[in-house]
Amino acid sequence: MIYLDYAATSWPKPPEVLKAMVDFLERAGGNPGRSGHRLSIAAGRVINEAREAAAECFGSGDPLRVIFTPNVTYALNVGLQALLQPGDRVVTTGIEHNSVMRPLRELAKTGLDLVVAPCDPTGGIDLDALRRLVTPGTRLVVANHASNVVGTILPAADIAAISHHAGALFMLDAAQTAGVLPIDLKTLDVDLFAFTGHKGLHGPPGTGGLILGERVDVDAMRPVFAGGTGSRSEREQQPEILPDKFEVGTPNGVGIAGLAAGIRHVMAHGIAAIRSDEMALTAQLCAGLTTIPGVQIYGPGSPAARTATVSVTLAGKSVSEVGWRLDDEFEILTRVGLHCSPATHRTIGTFPEGTVRLAPGLATTPAEIDATLRALSAIARG
Amino acid sequence: MPRYRVILVHTTAAAMRGEAVLNRAGLGVKLIPVPRNLSSDCGLAIRIAAQDREQALTVLARERVEIAGVHDME
Ligand SMILES: Cc1ncc(COP(=O)(O)O)c(C=O)c1O
Repeated sequence: MIYLDYAATSWPKPPEVLKAMVDFLERAGGNPGRSGHRLSIAAGRVINEAREAAAECFGSGDPLRVIFTPNVTYALNVGLQALLQPGDRVVTTGIEHNSVMRPLRELAKTGLDLVVAPCDPTGGIDLDALRRLVTPGTRLVVANHASNVVGTILPAADIAAISHHAGALFMLDAAQTAGVLPIDLKTLDVDLFAFTGHKGLHGPPGTGGLILGERVDVDAMRPVFAGGTGSRSEREQQPEILPDKFEVGTPNGVGIAGLAAGIRHVMAHGIAAIRSDEMALTAQLCAGLTTIPGVQIYGPGSPAARTATVSVTLAGKSVSEVGWRLDDEFEILTRVGLHCSPATHRTIGTFPEGTVRLAPGLATTPAEIDATLRALSAIARG
Repeated sequence: MPRYRVILVHTTAAAMRGEAVLNRAGLGVKLIPVPRNLSSDCGLAIRIAAQDREQALTVLARERVEIAGVHDME
């Protein structure tokens, strides 16, 4: 079997991740922060280690500004709903996932002034056009760090500068880049950084988070979800202090334990090394694809401008047929269709049919890329 | 001098982070339930040796662990 669906979730998970999760249940089974006994403290320590690992991985100075959530979708929703008021102007891009687009469309029903900055057919953004749309007084700019359909990397630091110049905050959806591209939040200057645990960080599903930068005025945000935190129990109001303001209810300790192990795994491997391996695989994949008659590749040509996620169509074949045959005849696992991102498929001109998405990752080998190219050639022939 | 100081913090996350940074700084730390005479908060507090007070507060400030109070304890 060849697993080319890393953009959906990474598989297999590193053995340390499984071990950390079993250890958590065996040895740290208390409810963190709810009781003061040793098992509760042991659970709290594991979660603190995860907070420290996430802060270190992304170059954020303060682990207490890392808020754990069930996935990036929740992180994005919490950030957007906590921050935005009716009448606020928000600028986003033409390559967003529905986990950004849908919450923004919901907020637009109650008066959010939502603007979508168009992207070019490779998924790239025109920074001059963006600058014109991010008018003074814009509250927030939200961008996908890399497209989950075509892999295009958006210039986060440039978008941050444009946002801040207009007095806006900048929120980054790092679902596709956390653990895949070296990220330093101090250099990128992101104000709200949302990540998921189960893709490039190699943690389990059910983990993710939101990291708030210093520019964000936490006191001016709504809590979104309110409830027990283990702290300030004498008060019936939600605490204002991070991370408790946004972390309510018993956390997914077992998942967070696995996430910490996943983050440590990619850091030990070296994210720069992961990136250069993936660039080589992408170059090999794209070079091979261009030799197959009838294949169209979407997204930027240069491996430096993209992640390893590559979308293709085959002339005269439906994407569902290609995906099915890859799985059924060749045991190659991909994802076809719209990839939760109708905006991107409109941008690249593949709506509503979609594409076949080939997404190699950490454990993919050059031999597997060759086998995939042979399978696609066979499917293209008949 | 009392035997211990008890450092109160605002959240469990801060207590855990406080314990980790003080441990890394080589200070002896124990997490204890917040003494009911100090606060009605039912969370955890950080107990250190009395003589470590200044060093502990410096480390916590540097690591941005906000504290809610420091009390003596026998
Ligand atoms: C760009 C992007 N944003 C958001 C998501 C949502 O991730 P999750 O399902 O982990 O919340 C994904 C992946 O599915 C994605 O690729």
